[in-house]
Amino acid sequence: MEQMGLTTGRNKSKSTVERIMNIIFLICGLAAVICVICMTVYMIISGWPAIQKIGVFEFLFGQVWDPENSEFGIAPMILSSIIATFSAILVALPLGILVAVFLSKLIPGRLSSILRTLIDLLAGIPSVVYGLLGAILIVPLIFELQTSLGLPTSGCLLSAIIILIIMILPTIISVSETAIRAVPQQYEDASLALGSTKLQSIFRATVPAAKSGIVAGMVLGVGRAIGEAMAVIMVAGNAAIMPEFLKPARLLTASIPIEWAYSSGLHREALYGIGLVLFIFIMVINIVLNMVLKKAVN
Amino acid sequence: MNEVETQNKVKIHTKNLDLFYGDVHALKDVNLDIQSHNVTALIGPSGCGKSTYLKTLNRMNDTIDGVKITGDVFLDNENVYGKGVDVTILRKKVGMVFQSPNPFPMSIYDNITYGPRMHGVKKRIELDEIVEKSLKGAAIWDEVKDRMKKSALSLSGGQQQRLCIARALATQPDVLLMDEPTSALDPISTTKIEELIAELKKNYSIVIVTHNMQQAARISDDTAFFLLGELIENHKTETIFSSPQDKRTEDYITGRFG
Ligand SMILES: Nc1ncnc2c1ncn2[C@@H]1O[C@H](COP(=O)(O)OP(=O)(O)OP(=O)(O)O)[C@@H](O)[C@H]1O
Ligand SMILES: [Mg+2]
Repeated sequence: MEQMGLTTGRNKSKSTVERIMNIIFLICGLAAVICVICMTVYMIISGWPAIQKIGVFEFLFGQVWDPENSEFGIAPMILSSIIATFSAILVALPLGILVAVFLSKLIPGRLSSILRTLIDLLAGIPSVVYGLLGAILIVPLIFELQTSLGLPTSGCLLSAIIILIIMILPTIISVSETAIRAVPQQYEDASLALGSTKLQSIFRATVPAAKSGIVAGMVLGVGRAIGEAMAVIMVAGNAAIMPEFLKPARLLTASIPIEWAYSSGLHREALYGIGLVLFIFIMVINIVLNMVLKKAVN
Repeated sequence: MNEVETQNKVKIHTKNLDLFYGDVHALKDVNLDIQSHNVTALIGPSGCGKSTYLKTLNRMNDTIDGVKITGDVFLDNENVYGKGVDVTILRKKVGMVFQSPNPFPMSIYDNITYGPRMHGVKKRIELDEIVEKSLKGAAIWDEVKDRMKKSALSLSGGQQQRLCIARALATQPDVLLMDEPTSALDPISTTKIEELIAELKKNYSIVIVTHNMQQAARISDDTAFFLLGELIENHKTETIFSSPQDKRTEDYITGRFG
């Protein structure tokens, strides 16, 4: 039989399949969005009352956290979290980029793929293991430092920062490395042809071309650092006082797991409040970094 | 330098050049002189070694694993492959334009200043001067002078290629190597670049690889024909196209193979 035009009998069933698939994708997409919305709403509903009762200002800027005496100021924790995360990123980002460059550009492919596998493995290790390593290896070293400076020995902010650096490095390395690898060779060639050395070409042409990927790695790193609780609790000393590098510090994430079991009433509600603050923190950081990222790309 | 002096002066002298990519013998005993302030076209079928030869002139083959090169390339009587040669200085003097436009994903301004900055120019006024001079030299100044801070990737393909030429000019080279610079461009952009090349040869020695016989005939003074890694013949372009000495050259330019 002669075929006329561009239609076939199959067309109809094909378009039905497409339509069904579209609906399935739509449902999946909606489900994800709804989950996020529900979580946000729930966080606000459960966290807000305590903040209201304590007073927004008292809660966010109060310097004393003493649930026994109904003092619920989380400023020390907010500051400690900010300082810890910021310091960790400040060290881990340049270090991570250097390692990523080393892996993707400077060593032979086979060795690099072995190292990459190891680093990906490190990224997946449970944080409590990092905490354990920190408690065994880093804390004693810090103790010595504290003794030599005449300070009382204890877990401290510096230990927490070191652990955070070690924890977020694999993520930053892995994401940056992938981004650098994805940059077309032509940029490096163009740079070499202009009379740059190989290293200059890598750092001035290839790495900048990978910046969106590197920033994505940084976002993940920041997220992991600010949200980390377990490893930090094991090395930080956990006293809710204003942050100093060599004194005990409690991060935002720490109060919830430490006090949850025995808390009740307003104390427990305040823990929800901390959860809400943490949640907002991560949202804001993500939005800001994404805006920076968009700007950097244009 | 006056006109008479620059005429018929050998800029690049290639002697007994052999190149191996591992086992592949890509250039076989190539001897070729490239005249100063001329356009030299390299023609030949795909895989005959034109790009490879071009890249021996600024040592861009050095970056490839397993390359072995013997023989000599002299630039102004200085051996490019000699001991103690700094390839960064060589590449500053011998600029290169690639087949597909490859501006950096940065602003137009930063693309041009990339080379000069790398070579130590820091002063803003100097950089501004270089930018204007290079962009004018590449006949793209008028099109971009009001959008210096815009991304180079926002330009059209033809503009990007002229930007790449400007970027190469910014390091003040003597020689410009171009590897099929118009093969990714439309006819109008191609014409613009051809006109540009005619203008550039007043100040630069140009070596251009092309698959387009009309282009070679239009823009070049000398033409070298390569086949399977060998230099078959090189002459004045008119001579090559009107009375080729070698049967294989004739076959190629008349389109009988390749
Ligand atoms: N990096 C490389 N590794 C191994 N062999 C290569 C490499 N580059 C080129 N070759 C080989 O060297 C020979 C010459 O290649 P070249 O790129 O110089 O050809 P060409 O004349 O520029 O061809 P085209 O017109 O297609 O660009 C070819 O046989 C090619 O396969
Ligand atoms: Mg080629």
